Amino acid sequence: MKAKIYITYKDGILDPQGKTVGGALNSMGLSNIENVSIGKFIEIEFDSSLSKNKAIELAEKSCRQLLANPNTEQYSYEICESE
Amino acid sequence: MMRFAIIVFPGSNCDHDAYHVISSMPNSAVKFIWHKEQDLKDYDTIIIPGGFSYGDYLRAGAIARFSPIMNSVVSEAKKGKKVIGICNGFQILIECGLLPGALLNNEKIKFLSKEVSLDVVNRDTSFTHLIAKGEELLMPIAHKQGNYFADKDLLDQLESNNQIAFKYKNPNPNGSVSNIAGILNHDKNVLGMMPHPERASDSALGSDGGYKIFQSILES
Repeated sequence: MKAKIYITYKDGILDPQGKTVGGALNSMGLSNIENVSIGKFIEIEFDSSLSKNKAIELAEKSCRQLLANPNTEQYSYEICESE
Repeated sequence: MMRFAIIVFPGSNCDHDAYHVISSMPNSAVKFIWHKEQDLKDYDTIIIPGGFSYGDYLRAGAIARFSPIMNSVVSEAKKGKKVIGICNGFQILIECGLLPGALLNNEKIKFLSKEVSLDVVNRDTSFTHLIAKGEELLMPIAHKQGNYFADKDLLDQLESNNQIAFKYKNPNPNGSVSNIAGILNHDKNVLGMMPHPERASDSALGSDGGYKIFQSILES
């Protein structure tokens, strides 16, 4: 069982990296790109005995207490079987 | 005699600068405290120095906040002891919840290392009371995540309760909201600031604009 965690800036928080990359994509000639934002991707591998509910609980707690800064970032995650 | 503790994390690198300044002041004693220790009851003022604790992994200050010593930093601060966090120390104080808001990447992402000029917004605190009215302080900044962010409600609250300690004179180097360079907690016994007073406490090094902050603490 693993959690795939995505952390991105909340709306209205300055993301200069995303902006700069968006500008670069435009100058490559790619059009119709409105906005680029850059965040973090974190994978947590749980031990195999863990139930899905418990995994959700741990992922939620990890995000809330450490992985994301609640003032500026939002998070989402999916729990999936390890390959 | 005022007893200062300087907390040392893996990656702290301004701890010796702060030690040098404080050990040269009269009527003060100073000691390094390794982050694995847990007791700060013998100290009057706690300094969280600058540097790159835990390599700035995840977010600057995010991991240091879980070091064993931080429980006593928080509990001693809640008892009213003075705590000053400089640069990475400011980031740690925000991550542990002693100070509100957030420190984002600088507006132009670059790491900034330069001298800045500060206005002292609140001179009625343990950290600033010896600074003359209208006096501007020169000291260096050296950071990549120093762009202070507060939403409108928090900014109103900081302003109405006089919690803004320092502002950058124009031009604002990092994009911080309302030019903020340093803030206080609600009770004014915790200060966090991005500029480095410990690197500007000897005129032979270009400026002694930071020395008055340490003197103010000592004489508070």
